[in-house]
Amino acid sequence: MSRDSVQRVSPTARDSGPGLELATPENEGRGLQSYFVGLILAVGLTAASFWTVRTHLIYGPGVPVALIALAVAQMGIHLVFFLHITTGPDNTNNVLALAFGVLIVSLVVFGSLWIMANLNHNMMPMSVLMEMQR
Amino acid sequence: MTMASAYSPIDPNHIGHNNLDLDIASDDAPGHGEGGPASKQIIVSYGFWIFLLSDIVMFSAFFAAFQVLAGYSGEAAPSYDLNDVAIETGCLLISSFLCGVAALCASKRWLVRTELFLLLTGILGAIFLALEVREFIGLIANHQGPTDGAYYSGFFALVGCHGLHVTVGLLWLGTMMAQLITKGFRQDILRRLACFSLFWHALDIVWVAIFSLVYLMRFAP
Repeated sequence: MSRDSVQRVSPTARDSGPGLELATPENEGRGLQSYFVGLILAVGLTAASFWTVRTHLIYGPGVPVALIALAVAQMGIHLVFFLHITTGPDNTNNVLALAFGVLIVSLVVFGSLWIMANLNHNMMPMSVLMEMQR
Repeated sequence: MTMASAYSPIDPNHIGHNNLDLDIASDDAPGHGEGGPASKQIIVSYGFWIFLLSDIVMFSAFFAAFQVLAGYSGEAAPSYDLNDVAIETGCLLISSFLCGVAALCASKRWLVRTELFLLLTGILGAIFLALEVREFIGLIANHQGPTDGAYYSGFFALVGCHGLHVTVGLLWLGTMMAQLITKGFRQDILRRLACFSLFWHALDIVWVAIFSLVYLMRFAP
């Protein structure tokens, strides 16, 4: 791990594409380990998600929050251990692209939900509206 | 403008592909402007990453549509079989893992093992797809098909779009297995394999969102 960080801060550190970091000779053998760690963490988080909806231990309204948190965590695990998006200097381009993607995804999702909830709140129910049209 | 004088017949557009498939310059080039641009492998992989992110943006629109329709349509959501969803999730997760192992085998130039792990990846992907199709057929037979209400329209658009991606992925996987046999570990084949691997992992990320927000959320109290 320390050898790796020394190599990464050197000014001639190469840019790396997603998933290419482990293909270099100096990272020999770390690849399989990374995939195994990712698999174990992902299986654990998936099991936790399925357990969350079956158990009665968790306070009801907290279940959706737990599901979202577990899903975000698992996506992070997939990004790091399967797609090899890291925070190293060789990955700056990949992380910036990801950040832009996350921005657009949140704008689309939360923007849509917000607008629709707002419309739903402020508009007359459709049945009343249709009654007035007559 | 020194463009004209720097014209090279093998690299007319100055995008750094002057070594064709050999990628020699890349070994010294940090890709920060010193020593030339990054290797073609890195550029291709980065470009494909941009495509995957745009694909995820498209999925987010389907998610938003589903969430809105699920919230305001009066229909009762179908009672999904969580065991099937769990098996599908397991299939796709292990498939994603095996795809990574295949990519590692390819980096070692082990043809037989690469093909074997790619085959296992494909089989698990096909099991996933078969379970999903069976679920769809069951829903449609139960009058919960895409034309039977807003909730089901949103559901089929979102989950069906992911299923289509998996189908395309399986076709791509078969193509890569055939190309590995006929063309061997050429640089361009390895680049395509790397892109496929990214694609397959990204599909698993989308599925994480689907099984959490579409299926499991339905069972939240």
